[in-house]
Amino acid sequence: MAHNPARPLSPHLSIYKWGPHMLVSILHRATGTALAIGGGVIFAWWLTAAAMSPAAYNIFYHWVVQADPASLHASTQRLANILAKIVGVGLTWSFFQHMASGIRHFVLDTGAGYELKTNRLGSILTLAFSIVATILFWAVIAGKY
Amino acid sequence: MGTGTSLGRVRGLGSAHSGSHHWWLQRVTAASNLVLLIWFVVSIARLPVLDHQAVVLWLKSPLAAVPLLLLVISVFWHLRLGLQVFIEDYVHEEGGKIALLLLLNAYAIGAATLCVFSILKIAFGGVPA
Ligand code: HEM
Repeated sequence: MAHNPARPLSPHLSIYKWGPHMLVSILHRATGTALAIGGGVIFAWWLTAAAMSPAAYNIFYHWVVQADPASLHASTQRLANILAKIVGVGLTWSFFQHMASGIRHFVLDTGAGYELKTNRLGSILTLAFSIVATILFWAVIAGKY
Repeated sequence: MGTGTSLGRVRGLGSAHSGSHHWWLQRVTAASNLVLLIWFVVSIARLPVLDHQAVVLWLKSPLAAVPLLLLVISVFWHLRLGLQVFIEDYVHEEGGKIALLLLLNAYAIGAATLCVFSILKIAFGGVPA
């Protein structure tokens, strides 16, 4: 293939100028992977514990959702709850980001939305959506946990 | 890559040895994920509490158990396809690639089966609320 040295090689991550479309593209992969491993394991733990016994479920519940004040490990559990909440917010944001970006994928798959301005706007919209949806979701469940 | 004729590559001799069907299934499961996960997130947000009794009573209804079963199949299939591409893109050494793909299958099939069994056990009344 003819090679014109004046043209930039691509992709060359260290000299690339970042734009929202690049960010959203790599975030789709990062959030998908985080959901697949983190989300998948926590979800399977939750369901399996529920199917085993109330005691098994309570281990999940007290370490993840809410510490048991009567437990010997209450203070460690409270710490774990804080970590779980950070992971939980991260996973819900990942979910909303991956979802919005996935819908953007459907549009791009039809061949639409590649004009520079439209493409850029679409990627910014996925970020705006995921942040707003995460805040709304936690506002709804905040009173409960 | 780069070996064989264009037709040969199209017929599945590229780096992953197949492609368009995988790509299509990723979209099909993405669409079913979209519907089922919106249902799931809304359902979880609407449960007044998330304790054992609430979850068991919720899953006793066929209208909760069946969508959740479909969700498990759709999500674990989708993530198996997705992580496969991730591994094929970044792990170039053949042995490591095969080992990771086997591990991925063990995880996806194992965790999905655990979830399916758990949902059925609760739904069929195998867990006292
Ligand atoms: C809300 C519904 C979802 C939609 C609309 C969606 C959409 C998509 C699409 C279109 C792709 C293909 C991207 C490409 O070809 O480059 C994809 C990839 C992926 N998805 Fe999803 N997805 C959803 C939910 C999930 C969930 C819940 C998980 C994990 C538990 C997940 C994990 C992944 C992974 C690991 C990939 C591969 C990423 C990559 O190779 O870059 N997705 N998703």
